[in-house]
Amino acid sequence: MEPMEAVVLLTYTVLAIFVGFEVVSKVTSKLHTPLMSGANAIHGIILVGAIIVASETTDPWLLTVAIIAVVLATANVVGGFVVTDRMLEMFRSKKPAKSSAPAESATAEVAK
Amino acid sequence: MKLLSPEWTALLYLVAAVCFILALKGLSSPKHARRGNLIGATGALIAIVTVFLSIHVENFLLIIAAIAVGTAIAVPIARKVQMTQMPQLVGGFNGVGGGAAALVAVLELGQHEDIGFRIAVVFTMLIGAISFSGSAITVLKLQELMTTRPVLFPGLRWIMSLAVLASIVSGVFVVISGNWVWAVALLVLGLIVGVLLVLPVGGADVPIVISLLNAFTGIAVAASGIVLGNVLLLVAGTLVGASGTILTMAMAKAMGRGVTGILFGAFKGGSTAGSTTVSDRPVRSSTPEDVAVQLGYAQNVVIVPGYGLAVAQGQHTIAELATTLEERGVHVVFGIHPVAGRMPGHMNVLLAEANVPYESLKELDEVNSEFKSTDVVLVVGANDVVNPAAKSTPGSPIYGMPILEVGDANQIVFLKRSMRPGFAGIENELLYDPKTELLFGDAKDSLGAVLAAVKAL
Repeated sequence: MEPMEAVVLLTYTVLAIFVGFEVVSKVTSKLHTPLMSGANAIHGIILVGAIIVASETTDPWLLTVAIIAVVLATANVVGGFVVTDRMLEMFRSKKPAKSSAPAESATAEVAK
Repeated sequence: MKLLSPEWTALLYLVAAVCFILALKGLSSPKHARRGNLIGATGALIAIVTVFLSIHVENFLLIIAAIAVGTAIAVPIARKVQMTQMPQLVGGFNGVGGGAAALVAVLELGQHEDIGFRIAVVFTMLIGAISFSGSAITVLKLQELMTTRPVLFPGLRWIMSLAVLASIVSGVFVVISGNWVWAVALLVLGLIVGVLLVLPVGGADVPIVISLLNAFTGIAVAASGIVLGNVLLLVAGTLVGASGTILTMAMAKAMGRGVTGILFGAFKGGSTAGSTTVSDRPVRSSTPEDVAVQLGYAQNVVIVPGYGLAVAQGQHTIAELATTLEERGVHVVFGIHPVAGRMPGHMNVLLAEANVPYESLKELDEVNSEFKSTDVVLVVGANDVVNPAAKSTPGSPIYGMPILEVGDANQIVFLKRSMRPGFAGIENELLYDPKTELLFGDAKDSLGAVLAAVKAL
């Protein structure tokens, strides 16, 4: 690694740390669970790395390991975003909830 | 196919990174949160399309098949999982991400001989492996596939120290030699360290560990960005590392304990083991009808839900009770402690699922100022988070933990299964307070009885 290249990467890292702290400290504590699963989905972007390593090898053993990495990373990123969406969909405001809440809780009771 | 020039690739990665930041930013309010998450997902999609177009891809079909398999596994789980099982799911997805990062790093080992590069490889492998095995143990604990109590055995500290030392040694050898054998040894040692790190943690503290491991995976992904020279991975991983760190600290603060105390508390024997002493001092017990009268003719009611509510699956009943009271003109809000539930913010998700509007969900600071003007507080399945010992008894294990100050209200009603103390195993003086009444029984059954009685008023 060239020294200049290392310094550039360090710059990105430091700036990202500050952006991360800044953005996340504004997240309401009501949404800490979706925050965890959303952040979780974001680190699933390691899929990009897994695709890179899987596409530069021809050795069957290494390829097998790389393909496992692709499967794991895909599960992380896709599952993470899907479940976060499912949770956030449930957070409703008062106005629309007023008309639908009694009906839905009634059906939920029936469903049990 | 190298369709994209390095400049375009970098620009598209920048777009993806901005999408991730917007996704986190959206969570500042429930109003924009869902849109933010969709923006984040779009960012991930942009990044994945970009990587395919920017490098020469061998094994294209195989990779696509692997992505299809990963999707086919994850989507049904993500769609069907119950909200009470959310901590396990987040822990599980976190673990596979950490595992993927470790594998990516080990495969890149032979690419360069540079010392800085190899240090990044070793770091990614170690942190990723710890995150993978640590998350696996947390999932087993939360799913109750193994004991939720701290697992301790003689010599644990020595084995742990030995494993850490051995991983450092093999890490140094990987950096010097770039040898595969040492790399595999390092992976195995990382897995062992992860297991040993989480085994001694008690069930109540597992959520903090999940949050910490989330930060670990973020850091591992950031380091893999250095390994691959990929700025997007570096930035996205760092964002997650920062968010995981903040959440871990916030949670530890909400429990009134240090992060190191939680992780290493069991090593010193100070973990939340819990006791089962039952006091025989007299308490005032109540009936569903009496509670219904108190609630139905009150002006301001605060409901304090704890995990006991979720265990009893009483969210829908309590939501209906709140709606019924609102229809009678009673002002009802939910006072939610940051660590109510099994992960930060968990109780909010459980109540949102039961259609409680998010305006009614109040955070600790918001609701503590309201208790003085509250007529009745209904505490359901919660104990430690309202225990005044956290403020008044310096020797108590929960001393220093911020609590919901329900003692300020005019009347307090506890719905409790029994007189058994909570997780921390500390008696709650509030139960013997003259303005406190107790309604014993399963939370859902009691709530159902109170609801029926309110409707009959």
